[in-house]
Amino acid sequence: MIDPVLLSVLRGRFEQVADEMDATLFNAAFNPIIAEAHDASHGFYDATSGDTLVQGKFGLPVFVGAMAFAVRAVIQYIEDNGAPDDGDIFLFNDPYDGGTHLNDFKLVQPIFNDGQIFCFAASVAHWHDVAGNVPGNYNPAATEIFQEGVLIPPVKVVRKGIIQKDIISILAANTRLPMSMHGDLNGQLAALRLGEERLQALITQYTAATLHEVLTELRQRAKAQMQRHITELPDGQYHATDYLDNDGINPERLTINVSVTVAGSKLTIDFTGTSAACSGPVNISRSTTEASIYVALKHIFCDVAANAGVLDPVDIIIPEHSLMDATSPRPVGGYTETILRVIDVIFVALSKAAPEKLNGCAYGTINALSIAGHHSNGSRWVMFSFFGGGHGGHPEGDGLSHGNAPISMATIPPVEILESRYPIRFTQWALREGSGGPGMHRGGLGGLYEIEVMNDARGFLFGERGEYPPPGVNNGQPGALNRFSFDGPGETATFSQRPPMISKMTGIELQCGQRVRLESPGGGGYGAPFDRPASAVAEDVSNAFISVQQALDDYGVVINADGSADDAATDAHRQRQRA
Amino acid sequence: MSKTPQQTLVGIDVGGTFTDIFVIDQLSGQVSVHKVASTRGREADGFFTGVRLGVSDLSEIAAIIHGTTVGTNALLERKGAKTGLITTEGFRDLLQMRRRDRPSTWGLWGQYTPVVARAQSYEVTERVLADGTVHTPLDEADIRQAVQQLLDANVESVAVVFINAHANACNEHQARTLIDSLWPNKHVSVSSELLPEIREFERASTTALNAYLQPVVGNYLRTLDTRLHSEGFNGEFLIVQSNGGLMNSEAAAQTPVRTALSGPAAGVYASAYLASQSGFENVITCDMGGTSFDISVVADGKAALASQTSVDFGLVIRSPMIEITTIGAGGGSIAWIDPEGMLRIGPESAGSTPGPVCYGRGNDRPTVTDANVVLGRINSEQPIGGQLQSLDKKAAEAAIARHIGEPLGMDVMAAAEAVVDVANAVMAGAIRLVSIERGHDPRQFAAMPFGGGGALHTCALVREIGLASALVPRYPGIVSALGCVIADMRQDFVKTINQPLADIDPSALESHIEHFSGNGRQQLLEAKAEFSEIEVQVSLDMLYIGQTHSVDVLLTQVTQLDETIISAAFEKRYLQVYGRLLDNVSTAVINLRVAVIGKRPKFDLNVLAPDNKHSLEQAQRGTRPVYHGGSHHDAAVYDRLRLPTGCSINGPCVLEQADTTIWIEPGFYAIVDKFGNLVVRQQ
Repeated sequence: MIDPVLLSVLRGRFEQVADEMDATLFNAAFNPIIAEAHDASHGFYDATSGDTLVQGKFGLPVFVGAMAFAVRAVIQYIEDNGAPDDGDIFLFNDPYDGGTHLNDFKLVQPIFNDGQIFCFAASVAHWHDVAGNVPGNYNPAATEIFQEGVLIPPVKVVRKGIIQKDIISILAANTRLPMSMHGDLNGQLAALRLGEERLQALITQYTAATLHEVLTELRQRAKAQMQRHITELPDGQYHATDYLDNDGINPERLTINVSVTVAGSKLTIDFTGTSAACSGPVNISRSTTEASIYVALKHIFCDVAANAGVLDPVDIIIPEHSLMDATSPRPVGGYTETILRVIDVIFVALSKAAPEKLNGCAYGTINALSIAGHHSNGSRWVMFSFFGGGHGGHPEGDGLSHGNAPISMATIPPVEILESRYPIRFTQWALREGSGGPGMHRGGLGGLYEIEVMNDARGFLFGERGEYPPPGVNNGQPGALNRFSFDGPGETATFSQRPPMISKMTGIELQCGQRVRLESPGGGGYGAPFDRPASAVAEDVSNAFISVQQALDDYGVVINADGSADDAATDAHRQRQRA
Repeated sequence: MSKTPQQTLVGIDVGGTFTDIFVIDQLSGQVSVHKVASTRGREADGFFTGVRLGVSDLSEIAAIIHGTTVGTNALLERKGAKTGLITTEGFRDLLQMRRRDRPSTWGLWGQYTPVVARAQSYEVTERVLADGTVHTPLDEADIRQAVQQLLDANVESVAVVFINAHANACNEHQARTLIDSLWPNKHVSVSSELLPEIREFERASTTALNAYLQPVVGNYLRTLDTRLHSEGFNGEFLIVQSNGGLMNSEAAAQTPVRTALSGPAAGVYASAYLASQSGFENVITCDMGGTSFDISVVADGKAALASQTSVDFGLVIRSPMIEITTIGAGGGSIAWIDPEGMLRIGPESAGSTPGPVCYGRGNDRPTVTDANVVLGRINSEQPIGGQLQSLDKKAAEAAIARHIGEPLGMDVMAAAEAVVDVANAVMAGAIRLVSIERGHDPRQFAAMPFGGGGALHTCALVREIGLASALVPRYPGIVSALGCVIADMRQDFVKTINQPLADIDPSALESHIEHFSGNGRQQLLEAKAEFSEIEVQVSLDMLYIGQTHSVDVLLTQVTQLDETIISAAFEKRYLQVYGRLLDNVSTAVINLRVAVIGKRPKFDLNVLAPDNKHSLEQAQRGTRPVYHGGSHHDAAVYDRLRLPTGCSINGPCVLEQADTTIWIEPGFYAIVDKFGNLVVRQQ
């Protein structure tokens, strides 16, 4: 058996190297999506299977699972085209092989020891623009991947340590922001360089054989711990169904159906019953689906180490040709919406097995909103941002208000920065009152954002949850629906118009002085609302998180004129309602 | 020796466990150090006990310089005042909105409670645009109404934060004047006065936390001030800011948010000075306390400054401060076996109460300190700090055997060493990450432990990280108090510019610089402290247009500025940070920062040097067995303070002194330098 102290020390050293790679890229990147929002990830992957060995702590959660597929794509390339040389680095953004969407560029480097591949180091990061119909590539009207941007299969961007300038030229020619591309690519190469250097130092210090043994053991232990978690769940089959509003092209809803079977230490996650692949960009590839499952399970069992052992005791069934099994040329640009829904159904299904371990669903949509126009000097401006929402109530308390999406750790730029860069003005930047799902522990509140344009502009929105709200768990109630509205022709601050496709729209015409309003969903509640203490409900009323009417309707709490709860009247009312 | 009045300086650092006092007679150079137990909750009592120990006649004191954790504790324990917020219409939830984040990557069970309740947040009609244009003038009736409602709700302190106040503060100024006439006390904090810098959440959070702390810290400092004067003190009462500079106590009472890291900052500041006097320009300071391990990077003799920190999730303070990275690995951190069967250290800690198992106060789970006792590195018969007569080594052994040894199948000594090894690995990892994030190669740095616990682990850190060496100051326990005495006075100013470099009028920039320098000098003169010189540091936060992370560009020339000079300074700095410039991209200036620093006379560190009255042999107390690398070693034990200048000793050995224990591993040696600091290197 391996020395337990060495195991603890080396686990720390490995994670540290991946963390250092993250830090290197965040500092060097030019593009705020990486530098500020940390939409990137680094790790080490198995030489033959591509499975995740070690992953940095600071990267984007959804990449953690997807990266293994990216490495597998490179392993396939090697099988087809022959072994790589020391100093080769592969680059690609094919989302069907490597997961997620075209903006995510994967760099994969074989790390050699004694002439053999010891493991792969990989870096993935969201590039700012990769051509396509819409700047920034969130095109809700795409019906083929070719409208979303340029697709690059695995190619060697570095051969034996020499950067291939012709490939860089192709990349530079296929972006609206070549400067940003150069900065990001250099940052990723720097991260890989550091990763290799650190790993070689570890090999020298501890030998490759010992490292192998440690990595195998770490995976075994993650697997064993995951199995213990699963064993604690009662055996049985647990279902959940949720929906996407539409695919942006056709108005029909799309079904995400899961059935989770717990049998001893084994978990089967079966998506049979999920809608077929669709015309619009809410498809996800099989690798993205597996990555989302990984994210969902890691949020529930967050003490398990971030390696492939997490999924070892899990069988995954994804129906062929479903929207969770997208193949070329299905558009995948809106992948975030679908994986958020995959995470939600897993939360809801498992809450039926173990309510004490689950939280209500988070707001479940990234609400990619862009507003674009031309400055008075004719130059083009594009404000592009994702917006927040409420997290679910959980066993320990109320959900976080205005949090980030479960798949990301991104922060939102300050209002003052947005206003200083673009001719816009926020007239509301607030919590959305009443939006948290009722529960013993309330869902967090969503956001209320109102933006006035200060010259003529055009808006684009990619959102979800306009018709199917974020569910609560353990008798908690859903949060509020996503709602987007805007001024009609000639109107100001009336917000009379709604998108025909609920939460998705291109080409919203706005005149100077007109406004758009986005009200994002709150999180789902945890536990029955009638179990929330009346005093906590009264406090919510005093903070205007809910209205007096909601206190009565949702929580059965009668509020006195002085703002306190009327305990006697509340008990009586709750009893009547329960009866 | 008789003293003439007012020649004594007193540095006093009130920490969680101990209050340290450093007294120096500026004429004779005579120094004394003292340590008393802190009186949590009644900090003033420990303060006066300490001052009285150092100086019997308070009228002899020229200045008392104080590092305090009263502000930090009030924040961590949420014991600030009931606070209100007055803000722009549409922005009532500035604090609750944060920057749309969450506390941890994995797990969605975060919670956040701001220091101002939503019910105490009021909107008023007013609006300034990003370019400083007044879109809507302030409606004074709204202010009156908000103030009345806050007073009706018994709110004690109020924060005023208007959107884009950094670009034009006129509405905030107007609100300030009106609120001052209505508010019954001095507790009014205005964002543009405190932090006229773009980014509304960071500015709002800083302003709200200042308001939250004002009554607590203000009352504490004013109580001290009054009592000092009533007891005959007639000198200057100064407070250490989080950036290591000093301000007078009234300024600190007004801007308590700037004292959040007061004590630790003084320690890092002093370390930088001590190290540089000993010829070490690059050190990583390591302060190992009961629950945490604090790291700071000192490069080229200067402590790295951070522009902001989070005291807790969502409690952001933006103000220049010494950058301190804290991890949960202190002497009291508990060693445990996780469900995967891995040995882990912390973050749970036994703290100082009940403390490690060997304290015999009820904790039965082993800590890092217990492992050091079992290994023989800590002397269980003569513990440091003076609070306990002896340590219960048997109990520590039993706890390690039961909780670590048995589950891992190791004997007790091996298990104790494993605990220390894993703790060392955690600390080493944090140091590597901190240095790499700042773009430093750790191999060019020396470790510099201060505080009580760090020196036990110094050799391991050198070994694990490949540091060049370690420097153990002569009195590690009182470094923060020493830092109080040597720190400079400092006033910081910031102005958001947020314009492309090409559009900036250099003469306007110069007039801002002149204005701030004049203000700063004035404030320093009013402080009536003694300065050897006044230095003005001017820097710009700059970036390539489109980027969000700026670099700090130091301007060495502040008159006859032009685009070329600024551009050259930017490129120099950018190259230093990122290694390459970008072609054909314009740059912008985000903020102008001016620091006016009153350099205080430094005392001669030779007063701390060994008296050389003892030989190396006389300094040796004996030997004791110490477990290391899987076997017992016969380690020499020395009285550290008796070691003569220039002597060299080889590991394995243990150096003991009242406030710390130093463990020199086999394969290492230590040399006592001219100031009595210990330079430790690998053989």
